[in-house]
Amino acid sequence: MTAGPSMPATSPTEPRIVFRTEGVTKVFANGEVKVRALDGVDLELFSGEFAVLLGPSGSGKSTLLNILGGLDHVTSGRVWFRDTELTGMGDRELTRYRRDHVGFVFQFYNLVASLTARENVQLVTDVAAKPMPAEEALDLVGLAHRMDHFPSQMSGGEQQRVAIARAIAKQPEILLCDEPTGALDSKTGVQVLEALHGINDRFGTTTVVITHNAEIRRMADRVIRFHDGHIVAVEVNTEHVPPSQITW
Amino acid sequence: MVSAMHAIDRKLIRDFRRLWAQALAIALVLACGVAILLTSLGMYRALEETRTAYYERNRFADVFVSTRRAPLSLLRELGQISGVQAIEARIAGDVILDVPGLDKAAVGRVLSLPEVGQPVLNVPVLRSGRLPETPFEVAVNEPFALSNGLQPGDQFSANLNGRKRVLTLTGTLLSPEFIYTLGPGAMMPDNRTFGILWMQRAAAAAAFDMEGAFNDLSLKLDLYAQEPEVLDAVDTLLEPYGGLGAYGRNQQLSNSFIDAEIKQLRSMAVVLPPVFFAISAFLVAMVLGRIVTLERSEIGLLKALGYSDVEICIHYLMLAGLIALCGVAIGWAVGTWLARGMSQLYVEFFDFPFLIFHVSSWVYGLSGAMAIAATTFGAARSALAAARLSPAVAMQPPAPPRFRRTLIDAAMSWARLSQPTVMILRSLTRWPLRSAMSALGLSLAVAAVMASSFITDSLDTLIDQAFYQSNRQDAVLVFAKATPLSVLEDVGRLPGVMQLEGQQYHVAVLRHGQFEKRVSVEARFPGVDLSRVISATGAVVEASAGGIVLSDVLAEQLHLRVGDMVEAEFLTGKRGRYRMLVTGLVKQYFGLGAYVDLAYLDGLFGRATEVTVANVTLDDAALPDLHAALKGIPNLAATNMLTEARRSFEDTISQNVTIMTTVYITIAVLITVGIAYNGARIQMSERARELASLRILGFTRWHVSYILVGETMLLALLAQPLGWGIGHLLAWSMTAAFSSDLYRIPLVIKPATYASASLVVLGAALGSVLIVRRRLDNLDLVSVMKTRE
Repeated sequence: MTAGPSMPATSPTEPRIVFRTEGVTKVFANGEVKVRALDGVDLELFSGEFAVLLGPSGSGKSTLLNILGGLDHVTSGRVWFRDTELTGMGDRELTRYRRDHVGFVFQFYNLVASLTARENVQLVTDVAAKPMPAEEALDLVGLAHRMDHFPSQMSGGEQQRVAIARAIAKQPEILLCDEPTGALDSKTGVQVLEALHGINDRFGTTTVVITHNAEIRRMADRVIRFHDGHIVAVEVNTEHVPPSQITW
Repeated sequence: MVSAMHAIDRKLIRDFRRLWAQALAIALVLACGVAILLTSLGMYRALEETRTAYYERNRFADVFVSTRRAPLSLLRELGQISGVQAIEARIAGDVILDVPGLDKAAVGRVLSLPEVGQPVLNVPVLRSGRLPETPFEVAVNEPFALSNGLQPGDQFSANLNGRKRVLTLTGTLLSPEFIYTLGPGAMMPDNRTFGILWMQRAAAAAAFDMEGAFNDLSLKLDLYAQEPEVLDAVDTLLEPYGGLGAYGRNQQLSNSFIDAEIKQLRSMAVVLPPVFFAISAFLVAMVLGRIVTLERSEIGLLKALGYSDVEICIHYLMLAGLIALCGVAIGWAVGTWLARGMSQLYVEFFDFPFLIFHVSSWVYGLSGAMAIAATTFGAARSALAAARLSPAVAMQPPAPPRFRRTLIDAAMSWARLSQPTVMILRSLTRWPLRSAMSALGLSLAVAAVMASSFITDSLDTLIDQAFYQSNRQDAVLVFAKATPLSVLEDVGRLPGVMQLEGQQYHVAVLRHGQFEKRVSVEARFPGVDLSRVISATGAVVEASAGGIVLSDVLAEQLHLRVGDMVEAEFLTGKRGRYRMLVTGLVKQYFGLGAYVDLAYLDGLFGRATEVTVANVTLDDAALPDLHAALKGIPNLAATNMLTEARRSFEDTISQNVTIMTTVYITIAVLITVGIAYNGARIQMSERARELASLRILGFTRWHVSYILVGETMLLALLAQPLGWGIGHLLAWSMTAAFSSDLYRIPLVIKPATYASASLVVLGAALGSVLIVRRRLDNLDLVSVMKTRE
């Protein structure tokens, strides 16, 4: 299933391809049972788009995100980030790739409990090539007033926004978000989506969001549907809804 | 429910198997405690019981006294002293022996046996052959016979009353008086050159001119006797006959050495094991606390399934119990092996006719019970916390650890530390008790290394002062009695003698107010070069006429200071009481020294100059000729070859120190591994998710390793100064515990000793944490994305 040609209609010129995958297959050997998590996935993701990967649990969307993020290796097939082939990179090169190009947002925030909001963001700005100041990143997600708070002193939504600030502080080209609202209620979830949307809008950061939540597709440029390790549909969303109008 | 209990037991076994490395690290620390308790307490009881049984069976005397020559008729009066139960009068004297196959002169301590039957006190045990029956037959102590390959029927010769006699060996004996056999002036037992000779009373009387008299007395007291009063009464009766001052068992040479050993074992049993048990309890508390946190939801589930609080509590206590069982098993095995090795050492140094050197079963029981108690104590808090968790709360994730900004944080921001460094420091301050206990444990490891290796520094100082600064002679020739100075001319003619100086030794009681001490007083010529008195600063100190120089320990015991007057009652030389001015104090490591000017003393005695010993330096090439010549010199009671004593002392010490250092370094490494490995594993478990997140964010393995290794190593570094302090204190208390009237160990700790103790602990800590660090390479980055801790 090729999802390449489907493009956002709003794009005036030929958009740049950020990711390209070719026949990506991932097989997990779980004891004697082999699970085919991805089965020949071909996909192209474009610069500046907001893509939502939708599908039930075990459909392979997280596996793909992990491979794009340089956290996991393919069993077969090839993956390119721009002109660089990710498949075949060693641990050191993948670490470099993650550090320089990718921002991650996790379902459970994964903040360092012993560091304040500012310091959690500084974790990234300390090692990135051309970061924005940590304070600026926190300001972007609306947490300028909570900078010196520890994770235990913040709500789930606030913690997730710190995680987003941490992810964008390095000014990455790509933002990979795995169920960013999965652990949040509707109200705080929307705050997080607004933060993500704002970043995408303002910096043109390619944003890939994994979710179970079909409502979120309404704010995406493209929706890519997964089932059983295959891409079953790619929809271009022509009527963008702002996050504030999404509820669940 | 029965099958469900089986399931929870299976969980227990599987948990234990999963935790094997951490459990082993704790079990080894626990095993140290068990093994040391087993060895020290076991050997302490064994040695004490053996000694008590031996003393009882062989009627070891309570009071001992030597005298110049007292008539046998005095025994009646002595026997009537209140509290005296039995009395044994003997003739004793030292003789030079010529033993076939021994290239040097040996010294024999002759003791007379009663005309008929066995002695009443200090009854020797016949080990082979029979007792002597004719004048030129002797029985010797078994170790002397064994060391020289002598058997009943063999012959050797001795200088008896100036005449060389051939003696026939009839049998070998052991005596409760000579469990630790030390020759006159010797520092280490040497069974080849010093032996005890039992001979018939008549023969001994002829040899030492003691017909109708005795010069050695032993007394057995009854249960209600007041020893000090008996000592006074004996001294009063013997005074006219040259009594050299009566003393109790505490000053009997052999007994006081065994006492010192027993005391050392007892303090080892009391001090060391609790340290190991405390560290084990702390480690169990740390590990189990983490397990209970991790298994929160499982605990909730078990409770939801109907397990009671007690069952949950017992489940976790049993996990600690399994660790204890491993520790006890290893401890018993190692302890038994150590005890066996130690009793081997005792057989070498102490001469017992029978051995009760088995460790009693109650000692095994006690050590096991203490180990189980320690781990249970350590586990109690976590086990109770698990029991108290309500199922509903347990199934929810725990609240994240709370951090708050403190002054330290302000300091850290000011110092612009990197975030990983801030993580390390916050973790230390977030769990201050855990950090402090870990640092304390690691500092104990540093202290343990120091406590053993400082001994080398101290003994170097001691050996240098005693052997290379003070006593520089190669040999000391001891005359049987004070001899005119002209004897030095004879000695000077002996083959190989290069330098020669005479000296006197006297027995005297020094008194100051209510304090008194029986000591040996040395009288020297001014300006002597071979046997000198050296002060702590290395200066030569000499007593002037009318004055006396004392070792600082003796002065302290008598409450004397420079400028005070002391009364010296001389028991040898010309008996009498003389008042002397304390003109100087010197720091010394052997004996309780007291020094006077020889000419001044002979002036007091109103006699021509005499000497009792000759200090000589020797030409090594002429040694065989010298030994041959010495064997034939009359009036010579003993020869101490100091060069050999030095070598054997240094050999024995270095061998013992090597064993001790090895044991203590092993202990230190086990403690360090126990703390550092478990600490790093727990950190790894608590931080796995954070560290994996950092890897995802683009941190390298090196960065992430820095956080893990950094915390442990920072703790280890912080532990160093404290460890040096505790080590210093431990070393000080050891020198204090070792010091006795016989010898003292100076407290000397060289910088290299501090450094090597730190290196051992830092190295072991780094090794442990690096083993844990390898797990970072296998962090599952993907699962971190999805799972909640």
